[in-house]
Amino acid sequence: MITFMNNSDSEEEPCNERTSLMSAESPPVPSYQDGLQASQAGEAQAHRKRRTGSSRSPNNIADGETSDSGVPVREGILENEEEELTLKYGAKHVIMLFVPVTLCMIVVVATIKSVRFYTEKNGQLIYTPFTEDTPSVGQRLLNSVLNTIIMISVIVVMTVFLVLLYKYRCYKFIHGWLILSSLMLLFLFTYIYLGEVLKTYNVAMDYPTLILVIWNFGAVGMICIHWKGPLQLQQAYLIMISALMALVFIKYLPEWSAWVILGAISIYDLMAVLCPKGPLRMLVETAQERNEPIFPALIYSSAMIWTVGMAKPDTAARRSSQQAWDAAEDGRENHRSPSHADSQMSERRSPVPTRPITSFEELEEEERGVKLGLGDFIFYSVLVGKAAATASGDWNTTLACFVAILIGLCLTLLLLAVFKKALPALPISITFGLIFYFSTDNLVRPFMDTLASHQLYI
Amino acid sequence: MAAAVFFGCTGIAFGPAIALVLLTVAKEPLRVIVLVAGAFFWLVSLLLASLVWFVSVRLSDRGDAALQRALLGFGAAVSVLLQELFRFAYFKLLKKADEGLATISEDGRSPISLRQMAYVSGLSFGIISGVFSVINILADSIGPGTVGIHGDSPYYFITSAFLTMALVLLHTFWGVIFFDACEKRRYGCLGLVVASHLLTSGLTFLNPRYAASLGPIFIITLCTGLWAFVTAGGSFRSLLKCLSCKQEDDSRVMTYSALRVPCED
Repeated sequence: MITFMNNSDSEEEPCNERTSLMSAESPPVPSYQDGLQASQAGEAQAHRKRRTGSSRSPNNIADGETSDSGVPVREGILENEEEELTLKYGAKHVIMLFVPVTLCMIVVVATIKSVRFYTEKNGQLIYTPFTEDTPSVGQRLLNSVLNTIIMISVIVVMTVFLVLLYKYRCYKFIHGWLILSSLMLLFLFTYIYLGEVLKTYNVAMDYPTLILVIWNFGAVGMICIHWKGPLQLQQAYLIMISALMALVFIKYLPEWSAWVILGAISIYDLMAVLCPKGPLRMLVETAQERNEPIFPALIYSSAMIWTVGMAKPDTAARRSSQQAWDAAEDGRENHRSPSHADSQMSERRSPVPTRPITSFEELEEEERGVKLGLGDFIFYSVLVGKAAATASGDWNTTLACFVAILIGLCLTLLLLAVFKKALPALPISITFGLIFYFSTDNLVRPFMDTLASHQLYI
Repeated sequence: MAAAVFFGCTGIAFGPAIALVLLTVAKEPLRVIVLVAGAFFWLVSLLLASLVWFVSVRLSDRGDAALQRALLGFGAAVSVLLQELFRFAYFKLLKKADEGLATISEDGRSPISLRQMAYVSGLSFGIISGVFSVINILADSIGPGTVGIHGDSPYYFITSAFLTMALVLLHTFWGVIFFDACEKRRYGCLGLVVASHLLTSGLTFLNPRYAASLGPIFIITLCTGLWAFVTAGGSFRSLLKCLSCKQEDDSRVMTYSALRVPCED
């Protein structure tokens, strides 16, 4: 159960793994402020000449494209198009992550606001043994800091353990661990959740129906997450288990500890992903070296596969090493089918087929989805859920935290497009979220309440 | 009755906004990002304004009701000015982003125009401002309760809903006019936008005398709407063209019958 939050590694592997926002061959995208800095001559020539409006007219570029002669020029143009497509896909990728994050938060907030169970205090986890029912503020603060230290140490130990297991190829152990965690989430926590929802709405359900529903839900979930399944169903299940996990945290973490833990875990995420010896960075690098995807049970992938193909053999060979989309491409003869579903797991089971080297000249792009770790979903939802639970019945705080997290995610994805390597998704969002939570709850809420009581509008 | 009030007031307050978002913003990723970022800018401005008000209240005498009301007015005025300041800051950011997008793109034009960004940013300010003003009221309107039992107006919910709708639309119009004025450096128009925002906010101080506040606010909304329509390049003719849904023959295009295959001999 802890594994989900261990892997709060959010963003992508470097671009040569084809899971980043940009495709493998394209040069670094120049930032908005700088001019075009060509890292390759062909690209610079073609684009700069177009930009400065010199003798090269668009017709020449088109000729260059269709003729076989100017291969560097064509490469440059293709890369330019990839650059522009990168930006367009950048915006699309942001939306592809906004939607699941929003859905997860909506599920959590809806549950918190309606089901009383998740806001009642019913004990604490063993990872946060110190109670916060102390008379003095200082003691409470100390207890919450101690709770945080224990929780973060548990997370660090688990993550390091996971990385060691992965490094020494103990795949069976990892799979068993992941399967056990998802079994518990999909069956036990769903059962509790369903029970509480039924209690809230005073709906009676007999045991046979309950067993049927839970069994089907859980079994299909296990299959979708750990084996093959339609992409959207897999995404839906990952969102649901993140929401369930977030609800467990919201219920069992004491108030101040929750906020301190959120702050501490974003710092830990920053270090674990960016430091050279950070466990998450080592996990990502090891996965890249072995050309394997990281376990699908821990990562949400918003895959959107387009078509295949460039006519260059070396490109094709490089791309065929990407196992992720080969299985899907084999089964497809129709090009340009957006949002094609493919489960992540399939490439691990099937051998890597060689990609057919297409010979047509038309440019068809290949699109990789963006990946976000489930731990990020969980902690975003914990923040917004805690805001909904504790902000004195106020919706403004919840909405402010929601906007803050979305903006943090947007900025993180922008940084991803610039740096093109795995980045932590927690720090910026959680920082904004925490700032907005405390300031909205203490400053904005009295202001807006006073304005509303006099029916004043600003 | 409570659910009816909730759904009715939500529909009144956010109907136009939701329709505009679903029809014009939801399909384009860039516009959605501009929408969310605009909400963020508005929130930051509100945060700063609340800080100013909070500090001023802390430093003042709590018992004096007239002083508190004056401070509330002061806080509202500061909030309006800060909102417009952050709208300007957002304009600067979007202008830079527009240039960046144009540089990176293939044909030198950015995928979204500054006018579209003006509209979406105005809409985003409107939505987040409306939501923050009215969502707690809407949430309370579901539950059991009686409106105005202590002598306040019983029309609280519905007038709040109408005011919110006017505010959402006004922000959208102000966004369009503001960005255009900044682009063309017409500082008079800028001042007019700020003044009309201050006027609108000031008129709400006349609540619960709704005839004095709601009427003028809706007149202002209508006039600002017309002004924004003209600023965005609309005219009576373009409106007629749009409404008639006719495909006009473009005079630059030759009709096919005029083209002839050259004689083979």
